Amino acid sequence: MRYRVRVWRQTGPTAKGQLVDYEIDGVTAEMSFLEMLDVLNERLQLEGDDPVAFDHDCREGICGACGVMIDGVAHGPGKATTTCQLHMRQFDPADPIVVEPWRAAPFPVLRDLVVDRTALDRVIEAGGYISTRAGAAPDAHALPVPKPDADTAFEAAACIGCGACVAACPNGSSMLFTAAKATHLGVLPQGQPERYTRARDMVETQDDLGFGGCTLTGECTAVCPKGIPLSTISRLNHDVLSAVLRSG
Amino acid sequence: MLYRDGDPIADTRAPEGPLETRWERRRFSARLVNPANRRKLTIAVVGTGLAGGSAAATLGELGYNVLSFCYQDSPRRAHSIAAQGGINAAKNYAGDGDSVHRLFHDTIKGGDFRSRESNVHRLAEVSTSIIDQCVAQGVPFAREYGGLLDTRSFGGAQVSRTFYARGQTGQQLLLGAYQALARQVHAGSVRSFPRTEMLDLVVSDGRARGVVVRDLVTGEVTTHLADAVVLATGGYGNVFHLSTNAKGCNTTAIWRAHKRGALFANPCYTQIHPTCIPVSGDHQSKLTLMSESLRNDGRVWVPVEAGDSRPPDQVPESERDYYLERIYPSFGNLVPRDIASRAAKAVCDAGRGVGPGGLGVYLDFADAIARLGRDTVAARYGNLFEMYQRITDEDPYQVPMRIYPAVHYTMGGLWVDYDLRSTIPGLFVIGEANFSDHGANRLGASALMQGLADGYFVLPAVIGDYLADGPFGPVDPNAVDEAEDGVRELVSTLLTIKGDRTPESFHRELGRLMWDLCGMERSEDGLRKALERIPSLREEFWRRLKVTGTGGELNQALEKAGRVADFLELAELMCVDALHRSESCGGHFRVESQTAEGDARRDDDRFSYVAAWEFTGVGEPPMLHREQLHFEAVRPTVRSYK
Repeated sequence: MRYRVRVWRQTGPTAKGQLVDYEIDGVTAEMSFLEMLDVLNERLQLEGDDPVAFDHDCREGICGACGVMIDGVAHGPGKATTTCQLHMRQFDPADPIVVEPWRAAPFPVLRDLVVDRTALDRVIEAGGYISTRAGAAPDAHALPVPKPDADTAFEAAACIGCGACVAACPNGSSMLFTAAKATHLGVLPQGQPERYTRARDMVETQDDLGFGGCTLTGECTAVCPKGIPLSTISRLNHDVLSAVLRSG
Repeated sequence: MLYRDGDPIADTRAPEGPLETRWERRRFSARLVNPANRRKLTIAVVGTGLAGGSAAATLGELGYNVLSFCYQDSPRRAHSIAAQGGINAAKNYAGDGDSVHRLFHDTIKGGDFRSRESNVHRLAEVSTSIIDQCVAQGVPFAREYGGLLDTRSFGGAQVSRTFYARGQTGQQLLLGAYQALARQVHAGSVRSFPRTEMLDLVVSDGRARGVVVRDLVTGEVTTHLADAVVLATGGYGNVFHLSTNAKGCNTTAIWRAHKRGALFANPCYTQIHPTCIPVSGDHQSKLTLMSESLRNDGRVWVPVEAGDSRPPDQVPESERDYYLERIYPSFGNLVPRDIASRAAKAVCDAGRGVGPGGLGVYLDFADAIARLGRDTVAARYGNLFEMYQRITDEDPYQVPMRIYPAVHYTMGGLWVDYDLRSTIPGLFVIGEANFSDHGANRLGASALMQGLADGYFVLPAVIGDYLADGPFGPVDPNAVDEAEDGVRELVSTLLTIKGDRTPESFHRELGRLMWDLCGMERSEDGLRKALERIPSLREEFWRRLKVTGTGGELNQALEKAGRVADFLELAELMCVDALHRSESCGGHFRVESQTAEGDARRDDDRFSYVAAWEFTGVGEPPMLHREQLHFEAVRPTVRSYK
């Protein structure tokens, strides 16, 4: 099959970018979306052109490295999926596919479809952990955790940090990302001592980094590859408010 | 000449005396560095997976000045994240007779008696602390309704000792380590360098004193000096091109350390995982694993008759061969990976394989769904079923999965002693990058255990003993210049060949060659053929490679080219090692050495040793140093799972 794609090309962070049209032959239904880009890149290199730069690593939907806007949707068509888990059978060869990088102020484009997402690491560094030291832990069974709490924690902890929530949000907010971590740690008994300061510190940091405010549009959860629910944001807001009240 | 014989390895630094107290005594005898002095000592840790992430975090907690490097855009993305099934620990929470000794025993036996007793016993001891540590960090392991931790069974074990977080155990453990690392970054004890690739090791006065790295965004080549260097850069399974590894996984850091003098042990020991989604086309870029945990409830079968092309639901029960249950009644579908993989290959070679090309076997959940109900099966494996359906467009609740073995893990790696020291003083190697704990075959759920054991507990306890020898004096500036110049020259050479073949095309060709000739089955003829073809492919690489762009920018083709160049050298060493080891053991199966029933036949009289190879030049015969293995607690026997 032959597909037409329009891909964002930009040689560096300060260069001007543009959409460039390509036609790709020999695409099969079993091929993944990224394998289709591989085919394009092999051809571009043989023709002496620079291949399209894009982030990817595990190609099984868990590392969070990949992620592009496909026809304006973060991670493209299909519910709860990463870009690497898309297959060409999901695309109609009749329609051109528009491929662009994540767009958000704290995610500068480095090249083509590659953006800098280190701002998300800064948010975790601000408090997204339980302070403990290797070797200092009590026996794992010393602290039973009710199964529903463990399950809620797991669902939130499934976040892969891809940044689709930020890219999809009209405000460029990272609230779903931050709320996922605050929920994961905040529902567990081990996470209680730092629960409110953790929430407050992460939210302050994301604001400082230039992420937008949350207006609960829900665009984030619609594209989240792991289905992190919007309710985590309510939880985070509650914890932040509590932190403010507690600090008087 | 295939190789030259060198001096045997006499000292592994393992303490003498009773096995059960060796680690305790080692910890006591290891010298300490006082907290005020730790701040003045810099440790470079390369890689941020379970081993590197946990090591960097813990060394930071101890007060060392830590530099943490990874090629990914964030330390959280290291490939440990993709581990699905679980992590072993001898907690005996299931009350089914587990113990440190049993985990030790199972691991030694699972490794087909090709690993060190001291190391494996320590691993089993430390395993219990790992679970405590991870729970304290908030890792959301699966729990029972009473709030206690749940476990399940993995291959090669008859107890339930595998802790898990649905099918995302690696992700949750890695995020625990990543968060501990983030805490240290915030505290200022760790500096993080993402999108940074190590391209050489600085060796000054015979000691590892730093790393030469390339910034993958700007292309800038710089050196970071340190008092010790820790490599935690994972395995080299991508030498086969198609594997379950992430696309970026590579051998570059350990290979370049090898070229600087670190011995490379047992390079031919590779693990072929039995349950992966079969290859579907020529453009396939990677293989996807289906967790071993599926073998708890899934039944593996093929049709009895060769060439039976009926859809699975039309093959009556009496015409199905549940071959693992038939051949290995006591372990059944839960035999170790090497055995399950070879059995799958054998039935496919006999023409009984299923699916396109006949390269597949069924993994069937019909009985489990009938017994437990769809909901229970979904709760256990739902995300795996979903992943399978997404890739294959088939619903495993309705039709059996089709699976086939694929390259998954490498037991070989840089040689280390009991203290995780390589043969270059000051260079420590941890996790999959070293060779130490899994012998010739790793048991399921033991990689996560080893990575975290090394990073949280073993390395932090022993590295002080080395650093206590310091200070080591200023680094020779010529050593830095020489290493940096070498890297710049390599980058420029890759860019100036301007041939007509892409790095990817060479990688694909090398991978196919290695899979055919040094894969699940190895023969003298095949390995000799590989040893003829690899050097000529390497020659072609340096003549016909085409890399577009420049070295001073984000250039993914250039990154790939450097990694493929190293794979082309490593591949040759793997084949030399596989050819010299004319026995079969674990994942290394030589057709010349098998029993009448087709099982692996070890030769303990000749091969009960670790093969540690010294680099002598590209294309030159490497030098073999043997480390004899001694068994005191376990007597090597014919490994039987029948």
